Amino acid sequence: MRVKNGEGIVIDLTGMNIAMASGKGGTGKTTVAVNFTWFLAYAGQRVQYLDCDVEEPNGHIFIKPSIRASSASKVMIPVVDQEKCTSCGECGAKCQFHAIVNLPGDTLIFPGLCHSCGLCSAVCPTGAITEGTRDVGIIEQGRGVREIEFTHGILNVGEAMAVPLIKKVKMERKDQFINIVDAPPGTSCPVVATLNGSDAVIMVTEPTPFGLHDLKIAIDVARLLNIPTGVVINRDQGGYPPLSDYLETSHIPVLAVIPEDAEIARHYSRGDIILESLPSYIDTYLSLATNLEKLLGTVSNSHVRRA
Amino acid sequence: MKEIVVVSGKGGTGKTSVVASLACLIENKAMVDCDVDAANLSLVLSPRVIEEKDFTAGKKARIIQEKCTRCGICRDMCRFDAISQDFIVDPFSCEGCGACFFFCPASAVEFETGLAGRCYICDTPSGDPFVYAELFPGEENSGKLVAMVRTEGKERAQQAGLSRVLIDGPPGIGCPVISSITGTSLALIVTEPTASGIHDLERVVQLARHFEIPSAVIVNKSDINQACTDSIEKYCLQNNIPLLGRLPYEKMISEAQRQGKAVVEYAPDLPVSKAIRDISERIISIYKE
Repeated sequence: MRVKNGEGIVIDLTGMNIAMASGKGGTGKTTVAVNFTWFLAYAGQRVQYLDCDVEEPNGHIFIKPSIRASSASKVMIPVVDQEKCTSCGECGAKCQFHAIVNLPGDTLIFPGLCHSCGLCSAVCPTGAITEGTRDVGIIEQGRGVREIEFTHGILNVGEAMAVPLIKKVKMERKDQFINIVDAPPGTSCPVVATLNGSDAVIMVTEPTPFGLHDLKIAIDVARLLNIPTGVVINRDQGGYPPLSDYLETSHIPVLAVIPEDAEIARHYSRGDIILESLPSYIDTYLSLATNLEKLLGTVSNSHVRRA
Repeated sequence: MKEIVVVSGKGGTGKTSVVASLACLIENKAMVDCDVDAANLSLVLSPRVIEEKDFTAGKKARIIQEKCTRCGICRDMCRFDAISQDFIVDPFSCEGCGACFFFCPASAVEFETGLAGRCYICDTPSGDPFVYAELFPGEENSGKLVAMVRTEGKERAQQAGLSRVLIDGPPGIGCPVISSITGTSLALIVTEPTASGIHDLERVVQLARHFEIPSAVIVNKSDINQACTDSIEKYCLQNNIPLLGRLPYEKMISEAQRQGKAVVEYAPDLPVSKAIRDISERIISIYKE
């Protein structure tokens, strides 16, 4: 099907939360995420891009939002009233994160280790621990090219706790929009926090041993979370048998194949939307959308949203 | 002991490929892969595992249904929405705080440490000790596993009388990166001349500064956007960060990877291999011990 001006494309993905992940960094996750978002907007869909790579968010470079709202993202930390504290040691003994050290006459809190679970204030027999907050980063929201709704989180430099900020970014998903959620690289807790509750995950991979090794782990994460998964092969150079063999035996569908193209790399390096500069790739993203609908359709005819 | 850690902020700038080549050029060192989520260095170092160590960290709650009275206290206590209405703990939402365990009036919660990963101590054909790890998919505490891998690497270096540890770091600037760079002698930042690469470079430079680690920069794929490469050079100059070298874009690097080799050994005559040799000489001369 040839598309002109985005007319005549019927896409039924509203309310869906589609995560983009990869395992390995630099496979083109953000490139595919922003261009897919752009494609959906071009096809007349209401779409929001959410950047959960809060350590190194890059989506804004391409979506170019004008930011209308910016707010500090806070997490709870315990505050000790040393007057009331009897140094009984209960809080420090129960804290699983080694965030509290009880010294005689002084209870020390290490905010960088605290998970904000509230256990210390709940176990304190004298009510000496109350709940304060600290900033871990900021959340910004705005509207970018083609009226794309945009939300990202920016983790403070030196801050280890990415997960609470990722959860806050995800809370901005909108029911009446298609939500494209860009994940960080890796396969541990920040990726789990991003993927958890998604309707589908698109894994962007590259045909190299590193790409394949990390893709397998990322797909294992998606499987553990029970999320339907498809793959986009980026920078294809005419096939990579270990990758195609793996996808076939694992029954993972290929949603799109994007060739190695120096023009894409050049436009990416400048912060351009590829589909604006190289419209011949619009068909690739149309087939990505179609194949994604198929993937979701085979899982559930009713497109029921997950919790 | 000098620990040199290679980081990038942005993923996929070529960290591991650069490390694999430096491994062939810098002597007298142990190798460590701190990207425990997605460890790739073992794919090009041909390691032989000589010892495996289990990594356990963090507990997870599990509700024993037979004992559960469905009173709901655990759900009220849990700040992570990890307990469903039918009192099943979602292991991926549970952060292991123990609130449910400590407050359950029926003692229906089990709270145990699980195996979260494995650490591999290896030797390599070049004779370098090599340590890497695999965090199980979706697990937490990657920072702690990074610390374990670094400790093992340093111990192996000490035992073998080696003066350096060369560390392949993870992408990003969060928990595992902080754990990888703290206390090292040098953060070697591999960047690329793209808008994203520069953005992420600046954040990882700030991180190194925050922890008072000296940094130096290598621009990979330096010829894909000359204007961006110029901006990186200007940025490094303004911020007093040594620019150790520029590597041209080279398709052979992927081919070397497919052959399980570093580009300097697979294609030593390429300009990229020469550029990496120059960089390694600069590192050796600056950080000689």
